[in-house]
Amino acid sequence: MYEFSYHKASSLEDARSTLATAEDGKLLAGGMTLLPTMKQRLAAPTVLVDLTGIDMAGIEGKGDNIVVGAMTTHAAVASSSLVQQTIPALAALAEGIGDPQVRNRGTIGGSVANADPAADYPAALVGLGATVVTSKRSLSAEEFFTGMFETALAEDEIITAVSFPVPEAAAYQKFPNPASRYAIVGVFVAKTANGIRVAVTGAGGSVFRNAEMEQALASNFSPDAVKNIAVDSSGLNEDIHASAEYRAHLVGVMASRAVAAM
Amino acid sequence: MSVSVVMTVNGEVVAKHVEDRTLLVEFLREHLRLTGTHVGCDTSQCGACVVHANGKSLKSCTALAVQMDGAEITTIEGLANGDVLHPMQEAFRQNHGLQCGFCTPGMVMSAVDLVNENPDPSETEIREWLEGNICRCTGYHNIVKSISAGAKAMREGDPT
Repeated sequence: MYEFSYHKASSLEDARSTLATAEDGKLLAGGMTLLPTMKQRLAAPTVLVDLTGIDMAGIEGKGDNIVVGAMTTHAAVASSSLVQQTIPALAALAEGIGDPQVRNRGTIGGSVANADPAADYPAALVGLGATVVTSKRSLSAEEFFTGMFETALAEDEIITAVSFPVPEAAAYQKFPNPASRYAIVGVFVAKTANGIRVAVTGAGGSVFRNAEMEQALASNFSPDAVKNIAVDSSGLNEDIHASAEYRAHLVGVMASRAVAAM
Repeated sequence: MSVSVVMTVNGEVVAKHVEDRTLLVEFLREHLRLTGTHVGCDTSQCGACVVHANGKSLKSCTALAVQMDGAEITTIEGLANGDVLHPMQEAFRQNHGLQCGFCTPGMVMSAVDLVNENPDPSETEIREWLEGNICRCTGYHNIVKSISAGAKAMREGDPT
């Protein structure tokens, strides 16, 4: 790992100003992606701004929403009785991230800010129509995720919470990479107050909705309604684990499994 | 850059100067000479470096020592009570839960965290929990058996 200086932020403003004056500053949440990346020298920030000193962990119900603080770990989401009762699909998704040690340290804010194309949380955010709350504003999940490892966050903007509207029903199914547990393809299906939403992670450069499946499920909510909807493989991810065509096929399979699980 | 850290490791308060980039595993092995915690892959995958921080398992190769300032750390050296092995260590010994032993410290630390959370884990739960621990010798069968036996011994309140 290249040399850097570590700063434990005492407040959001402290974090923001440290980041703003650093030559190449990075925010450190759980560090489950950033630290391994730095160890491999694929990232070399000059300053790490640790957010753990700022009180941003915790889960609470606010009206029809479940608000998860940015520094809440995956383990905390998975074991939260509030999440288990209101959005069990979200608790199950968190329980399936990485391994126990990753879940003990990794945070929802860190995962969302990293916007890994194969991460699980983006599917839940877009599938449930969540709102990302930052130090500057609130924006919809669809506005937030802009591309592969890219988000709408400004350089000095910090995620403080994610607010999930409680759906009527929801389920997430993923086909995990057997080594990393990242989603080769993961599909989140939700029946929400604003209709049915189908969000896909792992398949493309960034999470996306599938309108055709959403319409099919609106008229016939059954696994068969989505199983045979052809997904165009052009532009989908391709690597040693799965071809684009294989991923395209998996979208239908995971969507039908998710519907069956609801 | 150098920074001072204070933490409690296996019940003893330690204060040291480290580089900002010093990993927890380097701190344990090189500064404290607690070499029971192993580095297997250095890419956060294998779990040979698992220790407990404030009672929860973590991969010590994927945390900075400075992040652990003020934390309570338990390593494999801190599990046994003098010459009497912790029930989970004893279970690994009794059930041949290791061959070369390289992954074992991480396996044991991970297993103790599991049983703290789930005192009576099923075989499936044990296997799922071991997602972050890789063994290249035993094929996991005896590790799972060991953890099951260790969980039972911990439940029965083995005085160790």
